[in-house]
Amino acid sequence: MDLQTLTYIIVGATFALYIGIAIWARAGSTQEFYVAGGGVSPLANGMATAADWMSAASFISMAGLISFMGYDGSVYLMGWTGGYVLLALCLAPYLRKFGKFTVPDFIGDRYYSQTARTVAVICAILISFTYVAGQMRGVGVVFSRFLEVDITTGVIIGMAVVFFYAVLGGMKGITYTQVAQYCVLIFAYMVPAVFISIMITGHVLPQTGLGATLADGSGMHLLDKLDGLSAELGFAAYTEGTKSTADIFAITAALMVGTAGLPHVIVRFFTVPRVKDARISAGWALIFIMILYTTAPAIGAFARYNMIDTINGPDAQGTLVAEAPTWIKNWEKTGLIKHEDKNGDGRMFYSGDERNEMTIDRDIMVLANPEIAQLPDWVIALVAAGGIAAALSTAAGLLLVISTSISHDLLKRNLMPRITDKQELLAARLAAAVAIIVAGYLGINPPGFVAEVVAFAFGLAAASFFPAIILGIFYKKMNKEGAIAGMLAGIIFTVGYILYFKGIFITPLAENKPENWLFGISPEGIGTVGMLVNFVVAFAVSKVTKEVPENVQEIVEQIRYPKGAGEAQVH
Amino acid sequence: MAFQTNELAKAYWRENISLMVKLLAVWFAVSFAAGILFVEQLNMVQFFGFKLGFWFAQQGSIYTFVLLIFIYVIKMNALDRKYDVHED
Repeated sequence: MDLQTLTYIIVGATFALYIGIAIWARAGSTQEFYVAGGGVSPLANGMATAADWMSAASFISMAGLISFMGYDGSVYLMGWTGGYVLLALCLAPYLRKFGKFTVPDFIGDRYYSQTARTVAVICAILISFTYVAGQMRGVGVVFSRFLEVDITTGVIIGMAVVFFYAVLGGMKGITYTQVAQYCVLIFAYMVPAVFISIMITGHVLPQTGLGATLADGSGMHLLDKLDGLSAELGFAAYTEGTKSTADIFAITAALMVGTAGLPHVIVRFFTVPRVKDARISAGWALIFIMILYTTAPAIGAFARYNMIDTINGPDAQGTLVAEAPTWIKNWEKTGLIKHEDKNGDGRMFYSGDERNEMTIDRDIMVLANPEIAQLPDWVIALVAAGGIAAALSTAAGLLLVISTSISHDLLKRNLMPRITDKQELLAARLAAAVAIIVAGYLGINPPGFVAEVVAFAFGLAAASFFPAIILGIFYKKMNKEGAIAGMLAGIIFTVGYILYFKGIFITPLAENKPENWLFGISPEGIGTVGMLVNFVVAFAVSKVTKEVPENVQEIVEQIRYPKGAGEAQVH
Repeated sequence: MAFQTNELAKAYWRENISLMVKLLAVWFAVSFAAGILFVEQLNMVQFFGFKLGFWFAQQGSIYTFVLLIFIYVIKMNALDRKYDVHED
């Protein structure tokens, strides 16, 4: 059986599974639609959270980024896991006790203000849309490479599947599909990693293989070998990287805090029955995430070693184009690998200096890895299914946030408080449907800045939601004036800084290079400063404005201990 | 009010905060300190084939994060019982 048929079968089987689960777990009420009825077990919730969290970026892009960035890639590893410690210790249990459906719910009620609620709704929608466009794009890339349909068809198929289970099942359908998607994606990620680890180092666990000696008999450690190769070829040392310490620090912090402030992650902790369960499900989620995140740096290092070895050849003279391995030919067709024979010797050569003849897209490393290592076809097909699972599960979680923001926060709590539960549910479904179409459109016609907008999403979450929620829980005296001023100041500063250097809708006002940056912090890390701005402004404004009403202070007292946490309430 | 007295409520919150601060100190130490600020110094040390700072940045910090959450869960569940504010 050829690769394409095999891929159709495996991807088709996973789709059938997701749709089957969606039919089984249809939502009948808004409570089921928004928070799965608040009855999800912590273990299942942890697994669903992990799938929700690990997007196309984690599955497809991250190991490739690390492969090219070496030590600098650590910002993603620490940044995208460390946020769960903040979530578990500082946010999840209290928000669960608060017992509402959404993040704007908390902001609006805690700060007794429709203005605060509206600011939060806008942030939630903005963050989720920027994120979801990237997911749909990921689905399209996987489809176009492995199923050889064009990207548009790929995105439309992906939209149809998400439409089915998100619109029908709401949070309940999404949760149980995500559990299945986690299993698919982690299996698809680990199988090639284990194979390659055994081939290169003889270690079964990629986590220890990363630090092991090469199995080629040289007795050299993989990481030392990579450092040596990097030096020969004119790259920065693999274990050292090139970014400044201040920038690494700021990016890591922005990703951590941004993770803890992302609405589609927070809302997952509203789905469990008790405060206790919210705490432990953050722990389960991080265990499931850890499996992939500690494997990714190993895949990155293995891929780098394999790639240099196959392109430059064992004698480091370059491989003849005529003898190029099939994976290079396959990916050249997609335009993601390019070779330009600069010195006309008929050989390919890859390096970090003027000898370089290759242009390689970082996003292909995980997808091409099984081909580079010449693994069997079923492994390649599995990786395709895993990539799609990762993208779909995250897209569904984000779409739910968008639809909830519109039907619940905007309509029910703001514009049309009189609508019945049934009407609200219909509105939620319609909003989800519209959101899917918009996301699909963005996936087919990606604004040329998908990578930039992801930094945008984290920066926004770090500078807006995180401080507002933390202060709401830990500082009783924070009033609405302080919180709103803080959020606005944080957002304006962060958005302004990113636009200034990246120029997303305008032309950049200054060149995006370290000499121009504030404190040497790149736009990716500026959310950290935005967060500090938010805290400072919030404190200052709250000192000179009216005190927090008695009843709100009492609410804050009550969310600080678990007893009496009921079901997520219907208003 | 779930607590018998105001003092008990305050004591519970104090213990909670103190646990949180201790765990966050470790969180900071393994990631920002060991993996970023002091990475060069730690890289002088070899650890199972890794440079130690590099290991913390790409492996060790993540394992510690998981551990921290589970310690928090166990300690907080005990604290809830001690002050009788646990859920049924």
